[in-house]
This record gives sequence, structure tokens and C-alpha cells, in this order.
Amino acid sequence: MSARERIAGNVASYVDDRTGAAAWMKKNLQKVFPDHWSFMLGEIALYSFIILLLSGTFLTFWFDPSMREVVYDGAYVPLQGVEMSAAYASALDISFEVRGGLLMRQIHHWSALIFMASIVVHLMRVFFTGAFRKPREFNWILGIGLLTLGIVEGFLGYSLPDDLLSGTGIRIAHAIIQAVPVVGTFLAFLLFGGEFPGIAFIPRIYTVHILILPGIFLALITVHLMLVWYQKHTQYPGPGRTEKNVVGYSLMPIYMAKAGGFFFIVFGVTAFLGAVASINPLWLYGPYTPGQVTAGSQPDWYMGWLDGLVRMAPPLEPVIFGYTLSLNILIPGLIVPGIIFTGMALYPFIEQWITGDKREHHILDRPRNAPNRTALGVMSLTFMLVALLNGGNDLIATAFDLSINQIMWFSRIGIFVLPPLAFIITKRLCLSLQRADRELVLHGRETGRLVMMPSGEFVEVHEPISAEKAWLLTQHEQNAPLELEESDNRGVRRPGLLKSKLRKRFAVAHAEQVPKPTMNDVREIEHH
Amino acid sequence: MKKLSKYRRHRAVAPLLLIFALLGIGTTFQVAGATTTQVMTAEERTKAIAEGKEIFLKGCSSCHGLNAEGSSISPSLIGVGAASVDFQVATGRMPMADMSQQAMRKAPIYNDEEVAALAAYIASLAPGPEIPTEEMLNYERDGSIAEGGELFRTNCAMCHNFAGQGGALTQGKYAPSVMGVKPVHIYEAMITGPQAMPVFSDKTITPEEKLSIIAWIKAAEKEPQLGGVALGRVGPVTEGLLVWTLGLGLLIGIAVWLTTKAK
Repeated sequence: MSARERIAGNVASYVDDRTGAAAWMKKNLQKVFPDHWSFMLGEIALYSFIILLLSGTFLTFWFDPSMREVVYDGAYVPLQGVEMSAAYASALDISFEVRGGLLMRQIHHWSALIFMASIVVHLMRVFFTGAFRKPREFNWILGIGLLTLGIVEGFLGYSLPDDLLSGTGIRIAHAIIQAVPVVGTFLAFLLFGGEFPGIAFIPRIYTVHILILPGIFLALITVHLMLVWYQKHTQYPGPGRTEKNVVGYSLMPIYMAKAGGFFFIVFGVTAFLGAVASINPLWLYGPYTPGQVTAGSQPDWYMGWLDGLVRMAPPLEPVIFGYTLSLNILIPGLIVPGIIFTGMALYPFIEQWITGDKREHHILDRPRNAPNRTALGVMSLTFMLVALLNGGNDLIATAFDLSINQIMWFSRIGIFVLPPLAFIITKRLCLSLQRADRELVLHGRETGRLVMMPSGEFVEVHEPISAEKAWLLTQHEQNAPLELEESDNRGVRRPGLLKSKLRKRFAVAHAEQVPKPTMNDVREIEHH
Repeated sequence: MKKLSKYRRHRAVAPLLLIFALLGIGTTFQVAGATTTQVMTAEERTKAIAEGKEIFLKGCSSCHGLNAEGSSISPSLIGVGAASVDFQVATGRMPMADMSQQAMRKAPIYNDEEVAALAAYIASLAPGPEIPTEEMLNYERDGSIAEGGELFRTNCAMCHNFAGQGGALTQGKYAPSVMGVKPVHIYEAMITGPQAMPVFSDKTITPEEKLSIIAWIKAAEKEPQLGGVALGRVGPVTEGLLVWTLGLGLLIGIAVWLTTKAK
């Protein structure tokens, strides 16, 4: 034993004697995580959040969240002598006078965009592989909560610098609040401390943006990760992987090295973007005044779909008892997003209700083996994509020489027509892929070698696939749809007939499958 | 000579010499640097109008009518003034290439003299806004960039975007980019209101304010790409596009690489 080892051992046993940490550490450092690139998407979000905390803290050292009016006399000549809020002036100072300030601002903003994008792809992975099934429903809801908070947090950050673009965004948020029936006007007064714009909203947004929401984020992310830890990670199907084990690398040292290294890579990519690509050039926007607006006023991408929905809403503004009801903002701005996010949060329970499956699932589904769910996911994404595209309709119009009105009409019709179409196409694709899997198991791989039979017939040689592959293609279970009896054994109709009829239809649709090859099928083929 | 040399130390000599020197320099510069402002004689004007009419009959009358009275597909040009002609023809918008929603900026078809002749002809039909002279366009001297920025954001940005990059209007029409446009054409656009653009008369925006706007546009044109690649200066849409392609593409690519098993 070398001297160094002896010292290290002494220190370790000193700590262990007092904390008893060794047993806990030994157990947890050996915890196994499965290895797959799609399991690292959530990590991108986590690391972006850390980058956001670090760069955001830097920005708070110089940002002045105040709507006090000042006359700019800083380094940026085109704004010298212009009246603006202290918030905007300090954002300019961060960009032009604080050493490294512009880089930090750009890292912060790029990181926010990456944060939201990685949350969305992480969510897509969890959805399409069925990782939200029991026992992970709570974690799914936490994830939806984090996504929603991320949108809000991002929007507040976008609003803070008080430039023309962010002020326009706040104005739209103000309009959405006002569109709430009955209490909207009062709510807007409460939040803005009076008429728009007033002088209260920047300091208020600041407190929420740098204190309240990051605090909630930290708490929720901790719970989110602890649940992953406690419930163990899901894994893709494969030889040796069961519902009762986790196959992968232990946390220490391999996963620690991979995950730790990945943090620096995410930081590196974000810093690279911050260094080479301009984001939110707020000096060009100028200070916010309610009398000004710019063409191409768009939110950041994660709110683009909301903007797109508002842009495509027809001008429905009925006057009821002398009060205007702004349905044109209420429906796309609050009701539709409310339905979407509630539906998303409840989806695990909806699927459970349809399938009647109350068992735990730790092996992930291949998306093709859950055609109905996959189709539903693609349908929702199509809806969002049409809305998002319409959010950029003016730029699409100028870039591709189109009419903005035609794009709007395309979106208005497409938002109803394209999602169901996407559902049907995806479901058919999934079933086709299942059929292809079946082919592959029964007839083997196409080799591309053609053999001429003595009779003159040409036949392609098929090679049997490996046992592992065959197992992978046939391991999933195919359950028959939930049996629901319409009447009990005495012939009396059960209550809630309509509901159970609906449930039955859903269950049948959900269970639509191409039967996977059975052992008998394989033997029969081999017999040929 | 001797008489003159007697006064060479006179106290008035130095100031006098200075005055002579300044006069000399001033005159030289005035003569050398003078722009030959074309003051047209009546004869020249008549000639230009005749030339302009000829060009008009060949190139414009099929749409605008033989007497510039307009038709079902094109407006009357009587009273639009020389400034309108200069803007539309010298920026290549007229003659139009096709019957699209809006005449687009392109390489001009007529040269400067031909444009001047056309402008003279149209101006001879009825009075209208004239082409601003170079003296009226000294935006570097008479314009203020900061004030121009405020005016631009108040009056122009809603269509032309915060950085003058242009934007979409209804039914396929658009507000073009104002980058790389000659000051005289910017000025003419403001006083004539071409296509979907409103007229900004001297009462709404004074001539000095117009020069401020031009000064701001020219400053924006020259502004280096602060903070890296500008991504078109069109706002968050291109930023979102970059994040979803390059940003997430890189990160997912690296994640795939990190989890690839060694072979």
C-alpha cells in the first residue's frame, strides 16, 4: 500500500466512521443506467438549465430591472440621446460595456432555446416509447409542468430587456389576460398595477423570472430526477432485458464520465452558438414604446405555435349585454392551449382507461408496436407544426414569394384537416412496419443474391436473421382489446352504457395490430 | 519693389496674407469641386420632354395609355411628378417584368438620361413632387441618426421591420428591404408613396426628419454584425430555426456518438 493510498483510505474511513456514507455510496454509485442516445435528451435539458442558472446569475450583476426613464449616453451611437427605461439601458450596457456581457447574454438566450427544444424532444421520446406508463405517471405530469413553466419562464426572460420586440410580446400577453371573460380587465390591472404599460411590470417580471420560477424549477427538477432514481430507468427491449432488471453501465465510473463529459459538450455547443451567432440584437429593436411596432414581431419558437393560433383565429368578437367577448383571442390564446396541456398531462390515465392495463412497465415500446399512440403523437405534432408555421407566416410569405392571406387560409384549413390525416397515415405506417417485421422473422433478410432455378425461375436468397434480432422483433406483447360487457349475467344493462361503448371503440382501435409470428408460424416455415 | 518690401513687417500684413490665402484656397476648391448643376434652358427642356415622350410611347404607353391617362390595369401618371418617375424607373420597378402583385426592385432598364427625359415628360403633364436636389439630400450634415431611428421605428418599422429588412403585407404584397437604396430614392419614396406605401408629406415628416431617417438607414446598413452572424435581422424565427437544426442536431449527434458501443 503506497503512502497515497494509505492517506486516501484514512480520509475515507474518517468520513465513513462519522456519516456511514460508504454503504450508501457503494449502493448508489453502482446503480445501473441503460445506455441509449435518446436517454440523453433529458440530460441536455438538465445541463441547459445549469447553464441558464450560471449565465443568468452573471446577467443579474448588471441588469437594472427598473422602468425609470433615462437618456442613453452609452457606447452605441444610433441610440445616444434616446429616452428609454433603465432596464433597456442596462441591457444595452451589458451588451456593449460589460466585458463578456454580450457573449453571456447570447449564451443565456441560446441556452434557453436549447433548453426548451431538448424538453420537447425528451417529451417526444418518453411519449413514443410509452415510458409514461405505470409507475411513471407522476413523473410525466411533472415533466408537463416543467414544459409549461419553461414556456412561461422563457417568455418572461424575453420580456425583460424592455426592447420593442419584448414590449410587443408583453402587449399580446396583456391582451390575452384581458380576453378572460368577466375578470380579464381586473386581472390585467392587478398584474400590471394599472393601465398598460405602467411602470410595475418589469420589476415584477424580474422577481418571477430570477427568483420564483427558478426556485420552483429547481424543486421540480430535483423531484423529477429523484423519481427516475427511485423508479429506475426504463430500457429498450433486448436480449437479457426484463421487466425486473436494468441492463447498462454502473454510474461510477462509466456513466459518470459520459454524463459529466456531456455537460461540458452541451456547454461548449451553447457557448459556440453564443460566440458566432447573434441572438436577440436588442440594440436594433430600440426601446419599447406602445406607439411603435415592427414587422415580423414574433415570440421565441416555443411560443410560436401560440402566436400562430392567434394569427389564424377569425375575428369573432360578439358583444353580449354591452360587453365585448374577445373569442378571437380567448379561444386560440387560452382555451386551445388549456385543452392541449390538460390532455397531455392526463394522457397516461387516458391510455390506462382505454387498455385497462394496470401493470408496471419498465421495458419500452417500439413506437410501431403501439400504432394508435404513435399516430396520436404524430397527430399532435402536426397540429403544433401547422400552428408554428402560421406563427412565421409573414416571413414565409416574403421568403417564398407567397401571399400571407393564402398561408393563413392554408393554416386555418390545415389545422383541422392535416392532423387527422397524419393520424391515419402514421397508423398505417406503423402497421406496415409491423408487417415488415413479421416478414423479416418468417422469411429472413433479403440478401440481394438472385439464383436461377433449373426451371428458369429467378429466386432471391433470403438469409435467416439472428436469434437476438428475431427476439427483438417478437418480444412485445399483443393484448386483445378490453372486454366490456354491456349487460350483466342477468341481462340487465350496465349503467354508463355510452361511456363504455366509447371505451370499447377506443380499446378496439388501440389494440389494432398485425399478429406477430408465433413459434408455430416459424416452425411451419422451417418445415417448408 | 522696394516700396512694397518696406511694408513687409507691417502689422496688417499677416492678417491680409491669411485672407488672401484663404480666398485663394476657397476659390480653387469652389471651382474644382463645383458640381455642374444642370440648369436647363427652355430649349433643352423642350428637347428632354420630346425625348421623354418618345421613350414613354415606346416603353410605357401600352399600359399607361398614349397620354399617360392610365388604363384598367395601371394608374394615370398625370400629376405624379418627376420624383415618382425617378423612383419607379431608376430603381428598375418600372417597366414591370410581369403582372405580379407588386413591382419589384431590379436592374434599371433605362439609363440616367432616359430616366431624366421620362421624368421631364411626366412632370410637363401636370405639376407634382420634384426630384430632390443633391443639396437637399445632405443627410450626413442635416440628419441625426438617433432621431432617425425613433422616426423609423414609429413610422416605417411596422412594415419595413426594425432593421429595415422588409416584411410581408396583405395578398402577396410586401414592404421591400430598404438596405442598399440610394438616399434620393428613399426620399422620393417618402414623398410619393409608391405602391402600398403611404405618402409622408413634409407636414407629417419634415425634410430634416426625412434626412434623419436616411441617416439612420445608412448607419444600419453599415453596422457590423455585432454579436456574430446576424441571421437576416428578422427576429426570433431564424434563431429558432438555427436551434432546431444546428444546435439540437449537434447535440443529438454527439449523444449518439457518446452511446455508440466500441467496435
